[in-house]
Amino acid sequence: MTNRYIKEYRDDSLSRKIIDGIKATSKKKIKLMEVCGTHTVSIFRSGIRSVLPENISLLSGPGCPVCVTDQREIDIFIQLSKRDDVIVATFGDLMKVPGTDSSLIKERANGKDIRIVYSAMDAVEIAKKTPDKNVVFFGVGFETTAPTIAASILTAEKEGIKNFYVFSAHKLVPPALNALMNMDGVNIDGFILPGHVSVVIGTNAYRQFFNEFRIPCAIAGFEPADILQGILALIEQIESQKPYLVNTYKRVVSSDGNKKAMQIMLDVFDITDASWRGIGLIPESGLRIKEKFKEYNAEEKFVFSIPASQPIKGCECGKILTGLITPPECPLYKKTCTPEDPVGPCMVSTEGTCAAFYRYSS
Amino acid sequence: MKADKILLDHGSGGKASERLVRELMLPAFSNPILEKLDDGASLDINGTRLAFSTDSYVVDPIFFPGGNIGDLAVNGTINDIAMCGAVPLYLSAGLIIEEGFPVAELEIILNTMSEAAKKAGVKIVTGDTKVVPKGAVDKIFINTSGIGVISQDICVSGSNARPGDQIILSGTIADHGITIMTQREEFSFDAPVSSDTASLNHMVKNMFSASKDIHVLRDPTRGGIGTSLNEIAVQSKIGIKIYEKSIPVKKEVAGMCEILGFDPVYIANEGKLLVFVSKEHANKVLDVIKQDKAGKDACIIGEVISDNPGKVILKTLIGGERILDMLTGEQLPRIC
Repeated sequence: MTNRYIKEYRDDSLSRKIIDGIKATSKKKIKLMEVCGTHTVSIFRSGIRSVLPENISLLSGPGCPVCVTDQREIDIFIQLSKRDDVIVATFGDLMKVPGTDSSLIKERANGKDIRIVYSAMDAVEIAKKTPDKNVVFFGVGFETTAPTIAASILTAEKEGIKNFYVFSAHKLVPPALNALMNMDGVNIDGFILPGHVSVVIGTNAYRQFFNEFRIPCAIAGFEPADILQGILALIEQIESQKPYLVNTYKRVVSSDGNKKAMQIMLDVFDITDASWRGIGLIPESGLRIKEKFKEYNAEEKFVFSIPASQPIKGCECGKILTGLITPPECPLYKKTCTPEDPVGPCMVSTEGTCAAFYRYSS
Repeated sequence: MKADKILLDHGSGGKASERLVRELMLPAFSNPILEKLDDGASLDINGTRLAFSTDSYVVDPIFFPGGNIGDLAVNGTINDIAMCGAVPLYLSAGLIIEEGFPVAELEIILNTMSEAAKKAGVKIVTGDTKVVPKGAVDKIFINTSGIGVISQDICVSGSNARPGDQIILSGTIADHGITIMTQREEFSFDAPVSSDTASLNHMVKNMFSASKDIHVLRDPTRGGIGTSLNEIAVQSKIGIKIYEKSIPVKKEVAGMCEILGFDPVYIANEGKLLVFVSKEHANKVLDVIKQDKAGKDACIIGEVISDNPGKVILKTLIGGERILDMLTGEQLPRIC
């Protein structure tokens, strides 16, 4: 079942044809940014960089949820994990992310109860089974994951579960694109827009951004042929100087997105300003749990004593996830910062640009 | 070592495990036999060449589709000895059992161990049992050690790979690791997959009957073929080129990997081997492997190159190239 729609898009001959098209069309020296971390990984894993002509550079954007999470939020979650009355539940990617003085993986080795889950619903189940503990789920992710976490809060409410909490550090993609275009020094010729996020928010959600900046945009899927198709679409727009907002992932992305998922998300969360690592405060780019659901909000239940975020000395994750520099240009890369012993989040997450560079390029 | 505490990562079979061995174990026990870092030790005692190996099994759950902790423990050590190019002969078994463990389950495990040993033609000749208070171990842990004899004309080691060698993989990858994952509470998937646990000593014996030009043997257990290939590239100071489209993965296993975001090249196998053999003898050895039930899907997946020493290069499905690095980070603890 899962393999349908995979093999076709990993097919050598299909990809070859698109690569030939790219080579025949592309003349200008250009920089394209893939916004989504899953794209970054797929680009590296399939060796796309090695088959593109030299005049095309791919930059990785702020699309790895772990990487853009503010240091203060990481510190809060690590502080929560130290409490004896709390079980923290998290996606596995966060385990190794270094806080100012610890990480979840170190706290687990210290005997703290930290569970890796694959869905927020699993955290609800843990809460059900351990009524004497407070179960806190760390809600990290974009529009793709936020509706599922909203659904977990609705489930907890429906089932009368009183010991389940969410710490919401969710972020929204379109406001980040705006902020990125307004940053000094950012120089991007086109965007490969995320596939999964677009399934939820739909093509139209980028319309305002596109109308303001008139920059080539292509929504793309995640298989090698999908990404190559997105790149070809951008190159055609750049070479003809006719920018469009194009959806090359039509088999799952619609104009309006998944209305039901969006509704659940907006039923539970209010849109709020959010702090992004490397970018700073972006207006209306985060999600806060609505007043109506405040009994599930970890920020209401617990008191945190975390000062303002402490930037990690020498770490250039911020510049890397805005495409200002590439990982090898960071002074810590491969020296003191490695996947086994990461300094910054871009080296931790499987979707992080530094981790992908480290793993897949020589 | 930078870490001040042992993390699960240190037992993952990947980079952190390698650092633990290199930075703490090797300095503590330093000797030329250990320093080879092969699956087992190759010893010369008065002209008789012996292979000696040990492994501990802590798999969770202890019963899983395709086997249980018992046959896993027997097959695993037999394979480690076979990977030294030896004919395995005798095993020891050490059991650490949690207080309250059901005797009926112990009987099943012991019977499975007995059957696995018989199938492989080895004898379990010594053992030890410890029972510890509830909670001091989880149900049952098993250690097995074994010895075997290496014929005088066989010379295999992770450091023997040579440019031009063809790399044969004996079958589909990731079956064991994915099966264990589907059995875990946190996943609770109902997928038609089963562990590939099997002893490979008969297959290895037949391979050596066909050719003595076999340079490296390795069973890619924890850390998967990705980690094993990297270890060999470093040990032999050669480059390795692998063709992604040649690597066999069962449909169900590939699907599970997609859902869970795992790369099958890093997932554990318990009944597969990698063989590095001269180009001239590659097809002959491949034919022999294919005749074995556990090797019917065997194929050549790549070759040894003189460029990029210490590195594994993957030729991707779309014709691109990338580095295939060692596993970093815990993929899943207690897989074997």
